[in-house]
Amino acid sequence: MKREKEMKRKRWQTTILLAVIIVVTYVSIAITEFNVLTGITAIPQAIGWMFSHLLITQESLAKLPSILEKLNETIFMSIAATTTAAAVSIFLGLMGSKTTRVSNVLSVLARFIASFSRNIPVVAWALILLLSFGQNSMTGYLALFVGTVGFLTRAFIESIDEVSGSAVEALTATGATYFQIVNKAVIPQSLPQMISWILFMIETNIRSATLVGILTGTGIGYIFDLYYKTMDYNTVALVTFTIVITVIAIEMASNYIRKVIL
Amino acid sequence: MSLLQVKRLGKSYDLETKVLKDISFDVEAGEFVSIIGPSGAGKSTLLRSINRMVEINEGHVIFDNNDVGSLKKKELRQLRTDIGMIFQHYNLVPRLSVIENVLHGRFGYKTTIQGILGRFTEDEKERAFYLLDKLGIGEHAYKRCDQLSGGQQQRVGIARALIQDPKLVLCDEPIASLDPNTSKIIMDHLQSIVSELNITCIVNLHQVEVAQTYSDRIIGLKAGEIVFDGPTPWLTDDRIHHIYGTETRELITG
Repeated sequence: MKREKEMKRKRWQTTILLAVIIVVTYVSIAITEFNVLTGITAIPQAIGWMFSHLLITQESLAKLPSILEKLNETIFMSIAATTTAAAVSIFLGLMGSKTTRVSNVLSVLARFIASFSRNIPVVAWALILLLSFGQNSMTGYLALFVGTVGFLTRAFIESIDEVSGSAVEALTATGATYFQIVNKAVIPQSLPQMISWILFMIETNIRSATLVGILTGTGIGYIFDLYYKTMDYNTVALVTFTIVITVIAIEMASNYIRKVIL
Repeated sequence: MSLLQVKRLGKSYDLETKVLKDISFDVEAGEFVSIIGPSGAGKSTLLRSINRMVEINEGHVIFDNNDVGSLKKKELRQLRTDIGMIFQHYNLVPRLSVIENVLHGRFGYKTTIQGILGRFTEDEKERAFYLLDKLGIGEHAYKRCDQLSGGQQQRVGIARALIQDPKLVLCDEPIASLDPNTSKIIMDHLQSIVSELNITCIVNLHQVEVAQTYSDRIIGLKAGEIVFDGPTPWLTDDRIHHIYGTETRELITG
C-alpha cells in the first residue's frame, strides 16, 4: 500500500518535472526571440554552404606542413599542461581526500583551490591571463593548466576516497608511516583511475586548446582564426579536419590504454 | 603484570551517546578472548581503542606497560608494530600481489624510505612465504589479491598481521563476510597459529557458537557495557540471553 503511494508520488514528480522543462524552454525562446522554425529551416542551407565552401583543395593541401606544425604545438601544449597539472593535483588530491588528509585546514584549502579553478571556464581563464601574460603559448598553457588542476583534483579526491579507505586503516594499524601508506596503498590502488582521468583531460584539453589558441594567438587555434578571417575556407576545412582526426586518434589511443590498465 | 589492561575505558563519538561505558578487564599473555554482543554494542570501538585507531576519551589502556592513550605519534607507531589487526573486509590492497600485501605488515619496523623503496630483507621474505605456506595459500603468492576468494583474502590478512611478530592480534569480525565452511577454516587457522606462536588474541564475533568453540574466555558486551566476563564454560544460555536480549531466541526459533 505504502509502496503504491510512493510509486504514484514518483510518477507525479516526473510529470511535474517534464511540465516545468517545457515551460522553461518556451519562456526562454520567447525572451530571446529565437525562432525555432527559422532555425530548423536554415539547417539545409547551412549544410549546403558547408559543402560548397568547406572543401579541401589542392591549394590548401600545400599549407598542410605549417598546419601540422601548429597542431603539434597544440598537442604538446595540452599534454604538458595536463601532466604538470596532474602532478599538482595528486598533491592537492591527497590533501583534500578524507582518508589521506593531514589537516582539516589543508583539506579545505585544497578543495577550495580545486573548485575555484574548476568553476571558472577555461576560456575565461585564457582571457584573464591574457592581460598579464600577453599573446603567447605561456598564456594558453596556464589557462589549460589551471582548469585541469581544478578538475583533476576533484576527480583524484573521489578516486582516493573510493578505493583506499580500508587499506589505509589496515596499514595505519601496522604502524606504517604516512608516506609508506600513500606510496604503497593509496597510489597503487587509485593509479589506474587517475591515469584514466588524465587521459580524459588530455582529450578535453586538445579540444579546448583550439579555442584557447584562437584567443591567445597560438597553436592550431591561431591558424584556424587566421584563415577564417582571411576567408580562406578551404584551408579552414583542412584545419578542422586535422583537429577532428587528432581528437579521434587520441581518444582511440586513450581507450586502448584504459582497457590495458584497468 | 598482564599484557593488556583496560581500565575504566569510556568512549563517545558525539555528546549524546556513549559507545563505551566504564569498561575494565585484563588479558593475560597467550589468552584467546572473544568479545560477543549484538550489533552496535561497541565491539569494534573497544577493539580499536586498544591500538588507538579511535582516540580514547576516558580511562586507560595499558598494553605491555605503555599507556596507549598518552603515547606520542612515533611511540604509537612503535606500539602498533606489536599489535596485529585482522578486519572483516580483509582491508588488503586488491591490485597488489599477495606477497606484497603480506610484507606491508613489516612497514612499522622500517624507515619511510625503506618502506617506499620496498626494501625487505631475505629473512622477512622467507618468513612471508613460510606464513603463506602455513596458511595453505603459498601457491597464490604472486597472484593479485582481487583474484582470490574471500577466505583466501582473509588468510592473506592473517599473514600480514602475523608477519609483524605481534604480541597481540585484534580480529574485528574476521568471519562475518564468509560462509560457514570458510569461516571454520579461518578460525581453525587462527586458533592453531596463535597458539603455536604463543600470541594473545582478541576476537570480535557475533556468532556465539564460534566464540564458544574457539576461545578460552568470553566477554559479553551490551550497549557499551560489559555484562559478562569469564571462562567459556561459564557462558550459560541464560547469560547469552542476557547479552542479546530476546534477539537470539527469535533468531534460533524463528
